[in-house]
Amino acid sequence: MATVLVLIDQPGEGLHKSHRELLTIASGLGGAAVAFLGDLNEAVAQELGARGVRTIYRPSSADVGEFLVAGKAAFLAATVRASSPSAVLLGNSFEAKEIAARAGVQLTSGVITDAVAIGEDFSVTKSVLAGSYAVEAKVITGTPLITVKANTVDVAPAGDGGAPEVVTVDSAMPARAARITGRTAKAASGRPELTEARVIVAGGRGVDGDFTPVEELADALGGAVGASRAATDAGWIEHSAQIGQTGKTVSPQLYISAGISGAIQQKAGMQTAKVIIAVNKDADSPVFEIADFGVVGDLFKVLPQATAEIIKRRS
Amino acid sequence: MEDASQAGLDIVVLVKHVPDAQFDRHISGEDRTTVREESILSELDEYALEAALQIVEAHGGEAAGHRVTAVTMGPPAAASAVKKALQIGAHAGVHLSDEALAGSDAAGTSRALAAVVRHLGAVDLVLTGMASTDGETSLVPAQLAERLDLPQVTFASSLEVQQQDGSWSLTARRDGDVYSETVEATLPAVVSVTDQINEPRYPNFKGIMAAKKKPLTTLSLEDVGVDASEVGLAGAWTRVLTADPRPPRSQGTIISDEGDAGIRIVDFLAAQKLL
Ligand SMILES: Cc1cc2nc3c(=O)[nH]c(=O)nc-3n(C[C@H](O)[C@H](O)[C@H](O)COP(=O)(O)OP(=O)(O)OC[C@H]3O[C@@H](n4cnc5c(N)ncnc54)[C@H](O)[C@@H]3O)c2cc1C
Repeated sequence: MATVLVLIDQPGEGLHKSHRELLTIASGLGGAAVAFLGDLNEAVAQELGARGVRTIYRPSSADVGEFLVAGKAAFLAATVRASSPSAVLLGNSFEAKEIAARAGVQLTSGVITDAVAIGEDFSVTKSVLAGSYAVEAKVITGTPLITVKANTVDVAPAGDGGAPEVVTVDSAMPARAARITGRTAKAASGRPELTEARVIVAGGRGVDGDFTPVEELADALGGAVGASRAATDAGWIEHSAQIGQTGKTVSPQLYISAGISGAIQQKAGMQTAKVIIAVNKDADSPVFEIADFGVVGDLFKVLPQATAEIIKRRS
Repeated sequence: MEDASQAGLDIVVLVKHVPDAQFDRHISGEDRTTVREESILSELDEYALEAALQIVEAHGGEAAGHRVTAVTMGPPAAASAVKKALQIGAHAGVHLSDEALAGSDAAGTSRALAAVVRHLGAVDLVLTGMASTDGETSLVPAQLAERLDLPQVTFASSLEVQQQDGSWSLTARRDGDVYSETVEATLPAVVSVTDQINEPRYPNFKGIMAAKKKPLTTLSLEDVGVDASEVGLAGAWTRVLTADPRPPRSQGTIISDEGDAGIRIVDFLAAQKLL
């Protein structure tokens, strides 16, 4: 049975939870091989082996990442040609979707994004129209290229396989590509990645410049901090924290919305959360229409009280 | 390609006619495609149009030979997206209209749009929004760059175009989760912009009147050299097998804070085993 190729793009120090999820899905669909971009250190290679990966493909040129998307897509397409996998799985970031998009054109292969489940025949379950429809879709031409949302499977325990074989793949550098000429690292928050987090506490215009109660509740729950566009536009928090149509789409176990009215563009990013709690001082806010538990009240009173109560019950 | 320094910048903005997200949106029919009643110019494409107009204005305007063409594809009603773009300030409009386009996926859409761009000739910049508000996949700009073999600069949150020694280039910023990146490319290029890049202008009365005199060209697939079998449902590389409306989320318990709401939230979390 052909293997499923998983694209792992720059995990940095170690593999991410989402990479382990992709490997878990690939193992269940016939075994995983990895197309690897970035720094392949000993620990990562060992873990890939322990997760059943027999072959790691790497680009012959170290600077594929300096070209915007085109270099990575060319490498992925070359790896697919060299290894003929039954399908390719990628993460669900914008960049991963674009790598799939371009590789798809090179390989005459269909791309499906935002998968939440993949069947044995590579049919994909996903939601569309801002979560209002559940759709089953299938690639009917070429090698299926599927980008998979985080938190869709439980990571399988690692076994004890040996170090995988590393194969170098030649791919032509794109002649016409944009070059990344500067990179500023953003400060790490120490909190979980938004799209991977099981708990998200999000604040909106109602926090009025002060995210402290939102952050403290998130930390008490081990969660990530999100925001509405009103809050990111005001500069109270980084744009990368924005949830919604033009921000991140998240489906955590728990989403706590505080001081957010619940505009359609905000809902588009969070209404597939398992449980939604809303705190808003206006009883007519649309966010209450989708809340499992809603509090009409002042977030500056309600959130700190909840945080204190969680800490008390845990001690 | 023409010498851009003499000809001025030719900018194409891709605009999409999408179902208004303020209303309930539906999927219907045997082919499970999106119902396109109550459609509007995608909000996200307004940022691309604004970026194009600002580039033109920063470099001497229409008088300097720069030109913005709004391009759409889709059923006859989609022309209204182009008309809106003309009212806002685009100089010309192009509508690729062909029944065979119905049901196109990203691969078919990018194929058709790439053919229109080639048909238009010397284009310096292709600008798009960051995603369509209905398809939401963000695949088309990247596929367009691949098909046209042009540099791809996607999710730009700032964009500047400059001319040096007669040739044009661009500098853009991309804000990722881990990095903020500076990106450079020579023109021609394909660029998608985010909603962080600018504040789109509204059409004013003068613009609405002027739009009536602006050229709007309708093209067929044959005009741009694409075979009907390569686009639409026939040419799709993906297929939607089933589509089921999700039951709307039902409202849960709503309480008014009487001094203990924080504790009641924690009770609720404990009952849901979320602590
Ligand atoms: C093209 C486009 C894309 C967009 N993309 C996004 C997106 O991705 N994500 C997004 O979120 N928005 C997006 N928006 C914006 C969206 O339409 C709304 O404007 C935005 O979500 C509003 O943010 P908000 O709920 O924080 O602010 P508001 O709508 O102003 O709501 C603030 C809420 O806080 C409540 N409040 C105030 N004080 C308190 C208090 N002390 N305690 C409790 N409650 C309080 C108020 O009652 C009110 O309901 C987009 C808009 C456009 C046009």
